[in-house]
Amino acid sequence: MTDTTAQSPAPQDDQKSKEAYFTASQRQLIWARFKKQRAAMIAAMVLIVLILSGLFAPFLSPYDPTIAGRDKDYTNGAPQMPQFCDSNGCSLRPFIHAVTRERSMATNFRWVTKVDEDTRLPMQFFVRGDRYKLFGFVPGNIHLFGVEGGKIHLFGTDEDGQDIFSRTLHAVWTSMQVGTIGVVIAFVLALIIGGVAGYYGGWIDSIIQMVTDAVRVVPVIPLFMAISAIIAAEGSRIGIGDWTLVELGPGLSSEGRFFIISIILGLVGWPTLARRVRTHLLTERNQEYVLAAQLCGAKPGHVIRRHLLPSFTSYIIVDLVISFPYMVLSETALSFIGLGLKDPVSSLGVMLQKATSADVLLNYQWYFIPVIFFVALVMAFVFVGDGLRDAADPYSDSH
Amino acid sequence: MSDTPLISTDGLSVTFRINAGAFKKFDLKAVEGISIDIPKGSFFGIVGESGSGKTTLGRALLKAVDISEGTATYDDGEVEYDLKDLSKVDLFEYRKRAQLIFQDPYAALSPRMTVRDIIAEPLEVMGITKTRTDTDERVREIAAKCRLNLEHLRRFPHAFSGGQRQRISIARALVSGPKFIVADESVAALDVSIQADVLNLLKQIQSEMGLTFMFISHDLSVVAHTCDHVAVMYLGRIVESATTSELFAQPRHPYTKALFSAIPSLDPDDRGTAQKLEGEIPSPTNQPPGCKFHTRCPFAIDICKSTEPKLEKSPDGHAVSCHRWQELLDESAA
Amino acid sequence: MSLLDVENLTLQFRTDEGIITAVDNVSFSLEPGEVMGLVGESGSGKSVTAKSLMKLNPGNAIYSDDTKITLHLDSGPVDVMALRNAREMEVVRGGAVSMIFQEPMASFAPAISIGRQMVEQLLVHSDMNKKQAKDLSIEMLDRVGISDASTRFDQYAFELSGGMRQRAMIAMALSTKPKLLIADEPTTALDVTIQAQVIDLMKDLVTEFNMGIIFITHDLGVVAQTADKVAVMYLGRMVEQGPVREVIRHPHHPYTQGLIAALPKLDDLEAPLVPVPGDIPSPLERPPGCVFHTRCSKIIGDVCKTDVPQWVQTAENHRAACHLCEEGSGA
Repeated sequence: MTDTTAQSPAPQDDQKSKEAYFTASQRQLIWARFKKQRAAMIAAMVLIVLILSGLFAPFLSPYDPTIAGRDKDYTNGAPQMPQFCDSNGCSLRPFIHAVTRERSMATNFRWVTKVDEDTRLPMQFFVRGDRYKLFGFVPGNIHLFGVEGGKIHLFGTDEDGQDIFSRTLHAVWTSMQVGTIGVVIAFVLALIIGGVAGYYGGWIDSIIQMVTDAVRVVPVIPLFMAISAIIAAEGSRIGIGDWTLVELGPGLSSEGRFFIISIILGLVGWPTLARRVRTHLLTERNQEYVLAAQLCGAKPGHVIRRHLLPSFTSYIIVDLVISFPYMVLSETALSFIGLGLKDPVSSLGVMLQKATSADVLLNYQWYFIPVIFFVALVMAFVFVGDGLRDAADPYSDSH
Repeated sequence: MSDTPLISTDGLSVTFRINAGAFKKFDLKAVEGISIDIPKGSFFGIVGESGSGKTTLGRALLKAVDISEGTATYDDGEVEYDLKDLSKVDLFEYRKRAQLIFQDPYAALSPRMTVRDIIAEPLEVMGITKTRTDTDERVREIAAKCRLNLEHLRRFPHAFSGGQRQRISIARALVSGPKFIVADESVAALDVSIQADVLNLLKQIQSEMGLTFMFISHDLSVVAHTCDHVAVMYLGRIVESATTSELFAQPRHPYTKALFSAIPSLDPDDRGTAQKLEGEIPSPTNQPPGCKFHTRCPFAIDICKSTEPKLEKSPDGHAVSCHRWQELLDESAA
Repeated sequence: MSLLDVENLTLQFRTDEGIITAVDNVSFSLEPGEVMGLVGESGSGKSVTAKSLMKLNPGNAIYSDDTKITLHLDSGPVDVMALRNAREMEVVRGGAVSMIFQEPMASFAPAISIGRQMVEQLLVHSDMNKKQAKDLSIEMLDRVGISDASTRFDQYAFELSGGMRQRAMIAMALSTKPKLLIADEPTTALDVTIQAQVIDLMKDLVTEFNMGIIFITHDLGVVAQTADKVAVMYLGRMVEQGPVREVIRHPHHPYTQGLIAALPKLDDLEAPLVPVPGDIPSPLERPPGCVFHTRCSKIIGDVCKTDVPQWVQTAENHRAACHLCEEGSGA
């Protein structure tokens, strides 16, 4: 019957790590716990990669995603993967094969694209190409890669010849912009409204709850139909009396439309966040350490600032991260049915609009490659959000 | 040094308005008719079980809940306050002089603040110290009294055990230089081996700093060892009040006697011969008429069911609220 | 023939902060009809020990290889460690062994009436039909002192007061006529006057049902009044074991002595309260050698810091794990 003799740990290192644990602030503790979750860390990497590719989309994509950059000679073209070797031997530089187009009698005079196995188009890096504005204001025209004497379409092209790879990257960027604007607006509203409701309670809370529920049950699709109609109507504008804030109507630029949609999404999305803010506040407000502060005569401002806000920052960040994909998916759905963004702005919804014919489903499956990106984006947000929540939650004293 | 009690109440009552639905409201009398005098420098114990209102009484005296009826005065020789109607300015001052130590050492400390910040908070909120160095010095001084060193000040609450956290709570209560401290079940959540330590610390602080303590507890044995005066509460009323030695030598109220006999004795052969109470504590929302204790009292007679007994005070200061206390006392003496 | 034999129970938990040893080489046995008090403070491992008997510990628990828990039932000995899944555990959980907890509100499902839960348990563990189960349940509710048992049968947990809920839980635990009852701090959350009632009830039931009871508590007074023998645990190790009179009147381990000295006693109000010095170390920082040495006032030197003390038989049935104690040093 052996007895377990306790091992004495190396005193120096152990003491240091313990001291680190004792003096770790909540943020550090949460980060340490987050790092231990493999799924969340992988998701975080994926998220960062996607965000960066969206941010640098104009640079990373070989061509302008709009009609301006289309390839007339290669519509509905299949994806072209760069190769190192073909029937004629190998080369160090990756290349693709050129394509030729001809009207063929066999197919009733439709354009038929043929791959020319003998002509190689080598890939080049940091080529000059279509002009763009990085982040919307930094001009440039260098693209990461391209091909001399032709065009390279990693994900193929759609019916207008637009490069799907370029469109995908720009779509990620668009969705992130829409998501960010929507979440920021929803969050600011939720903080104020939910905050007041949670902090004061009583009848103020009851009234705010009623308003929140009313906004929540507004049906989104008819709302957007109405908004679409209003925006498109001749002479419509946002303003008071003679002063105009925004000019709407058929002359509304795609950017303008983009902002309006984002703002509306935010205005519709605040109830869920507000409810969470309120719940957090209601629980935190009754904590004993809040009472301790109040018994010292602390004013509400102080209590909110020093006790309540820090306590739910971690939860709110989790809520924000998880709200993001909802915004993205809402915008996708709306654009898909034509109520959201429109060409030339690329977003997943807009791109999928072109994918609704049987022709596409049967023959041009590469139209759906962007879906993989979006699934990855949404899943990454969800996993990171879940990981954050798991890391933040167990910060309750276990004894 | 005047002999006026630090806290003096007369007929103090606290009633809560409960919303039981959209149109149903009723009153919950948590505490009623409390008349006590807490002498300066004393360790005054309040003992009761659930529903006794002891916590509410403590909070009322600290102005955490409103006093509905009766009077309460605070007089420490320097200032005098009427605790029922306190102006905002006076309330601010009062808060410096009266503080609370909570029961739950885990919930009472903000997990996101360092120990130094937690202890310093009252100083900052009440504007007692003007500069950061002053604050730091005072924090260190009080922390040392509670056996917390510089190392500890840098850490967050999660690094500490229950007993240590309670010491941090105590330090926070002391830092503003109060004269009156309400300790609400401050050792109930602690292990037995630590309880004694915290209790000794409280007594040491009391004699060093000349404080007055109101010690709320459900544990008669703990109260017996630390307090010099005890008041027993049942369903919002004081049923008996006396010096500790008096109360233990000669308990007069049937409830007090039952409380004593309910404490499990450390002697395995002393298998509880005195009476054990039957029945449950009535809910505070549904209080029986007459004497609140009559539903469980083995000595209840008709008058107990209809009339509430008054708190009768003997010349030695021993007060009892029972119709039959004298006759029961004579009976047991006989 | 003992009812329960626990040998070398060692249990560790895998957590974010490292491997925590919750129970360290604990051994004890229990006779049928015997009440054993398991005493300890926070971190002592008493609850974890009890849950191990029914393998109720969370998934990150690691039992050592030489842990052996044997239940001697009428149908033969059962090796609890060898039981693999819930199906096999059924005979133990709720059948031969029942458990009652500190928080009765947490043990009863809030949306199902008490009666239904009791009947459900009986249907699982016996071959009664619904009517028989209901009759037995009402009889048990009455037996534990709940007035108007047939009405209470249909009530929900929140409709009963704390004391009554605890009684109902006892009724539920006893209705399957277990051989072993594990009571985990059953009276800690109750008012002292109610606690006294529940303790009396349990003592009556022991004699009537002849069960073994493991009574877990931090309250030595409760143990003195209910138990036949007592085992004291500190930081995962069992430090003293013996008949209750023996251990309380003549404690041999410095921790037990410290615990008794720290209790406020009613027979001497002037006596100062003597705490056990220091703080209970965190389970992450278990001291080497004797786990209690960091707080022991009777430490005799380096041996306490390096060597884990073995059991020393100080009297018949009374043993303590301390370097200070000598064999047969007795009363």
